[in-house]
Amino acid sequence: MLSLLWGVPLVGVNHCVGHIEMGRAVTGAVDPVVLYVSGGNTQVIAYSHQRYRIFGETIDMAVGNCLDRFARLLGLSNDPSPGYNIEQLAKQETVFAMLVEITERAMAHTGKNDVLVVGGVGCNERLQGMMRTMAEERGGTLYATDDRYCIDNGAMIAWPGLLAFKLGLTTPLKETTCTQRFRTDDVLVAWRDD
Amino acid sequence: MATEELPVTSTSGQEDVEPIVGLKNCKLVSQGAEARVWETTFCGQPCIVKQRFSKKYRHPALDKKLTATRLKQEARSVLRARKAGVPTPVLYFVEVESASIYMERITGRSIRHLLGDGLLDAAGTARVMAEVGRLLALMHDGGLIHGDLTTSNMLVRESDGAVVMIDFGLSYNSKLPEDKGVDLYVMERALTSAHSQLEGLFDQILESYKKHSKQWSATFNRFAEGNTFP
Repeated sequence: MLSLLWGVPLVGVNHCVGHIEMGRAVTGAVDPVVLYVSGGNTQVIAYSHQRYRIFGETIDMAVGNCLDRFARLLGLSNDPSPGYNIEQLAKQETVFAMLVEITERAMAHTGKNDVLVVGGVGCNERLQGMMRTMAEERGGTLYATDDRYCIDNGAMIAWPGLLAFKLGLTTPLKETTCTQRFRTDDVLVAWRDD
Repeated sequence: MATEELPVTSTSGQEDVEPIVGLKNCKLVSQGAEARVWETTFCGQPCIVKQRFSKKYRHPALDKKLTATRLKQEARSVLRARKAGVPTPVLYFVEVESASIYMERITGRSIRHLLGDGLLDAAGTARVMAEVGRLLALMHDGGLIHGDLTTSNMLVRESDGAVVMIDFGLSYNSKLPEDKGVDLYVMERALTSAHSQLEGLFDQILESYKKHSKQWSATFNRFAEGNTFP
């Protein structure tokens, strides 16, 4: 609609790649293992040969969805977030410990020492703290953002769109669709060649 | 904004690693994400000691519980595998206080090394893959899921050429076709990522699995469903 109105090109962007590129841009992380944790997805991702490859993911339910449902079951409020309210009552230790453990396995496997946490659940400070402890024990660094960039935002779509556009990659209107099944590793990461 | 911008230097280099208290002449072989592996002798026998260490990021109560549970689970899984007829290192001793498992040291090389260095010819590869398939069938029919099926976790014993399964750190008991299917899926992924230049390895394993497992049909159905997942 906007594209038609202004007569400008349209660029398709993968939501998860948006999170990753925004996280990299904001934190300055170069080549981290990425933990993408939100209501809809839980994935451990690492870059290799122009793709963000998925090393692990939950198949049945995303972490955010799990926390949301748990909060609803207990009748907790959604304000400011279900996860925050669970945090006030109990620690989400077990779930987070699992996430950190799987991320550490991916780091050992790929030989990368830095971690980037993105997605809505990524603003949780306990998760960030645990991840930092793990990364520092491995001699690496945790890169994380606060709620301004962890939660879905416009900039995270615009930024990879710009990266693709600079390489002349646009999506014709006819081929433009929305799909929930757009896999992270379907995207050719043309703007990276390391 | 970045909550951490400066790189932090390692605080856990190997220099501050201390051998297990009371254990003489032990040599650190490898340091993984959750355990250290030492070489030593036990009652005169060549021995491997796998010692789990605590993870600082975990709550101490959770950490203690997980470490103790996994230690017990690993020891039990080794026994279960042996009961099912799967060669594994012999379990010598479990020390709960230091979260250590003492087991037989197998002389041999991992299938990953043998394939990677081209040390197996076509016939040798076929024999080893068929043996892997047979052992997985025995293990699954015996109700044990390995949990980390990679070619690094399978050794070919020097003395008799037998395939020996190691590292039951992620193993658990289950008879569900779903769990067995996932186990096979992990194996397939491990083969494609570590030995992509060699084709047909997994098919050789499956063929032998089918021959030796009584429940292959249900397992293969679940495995096929897993493969059609997006």
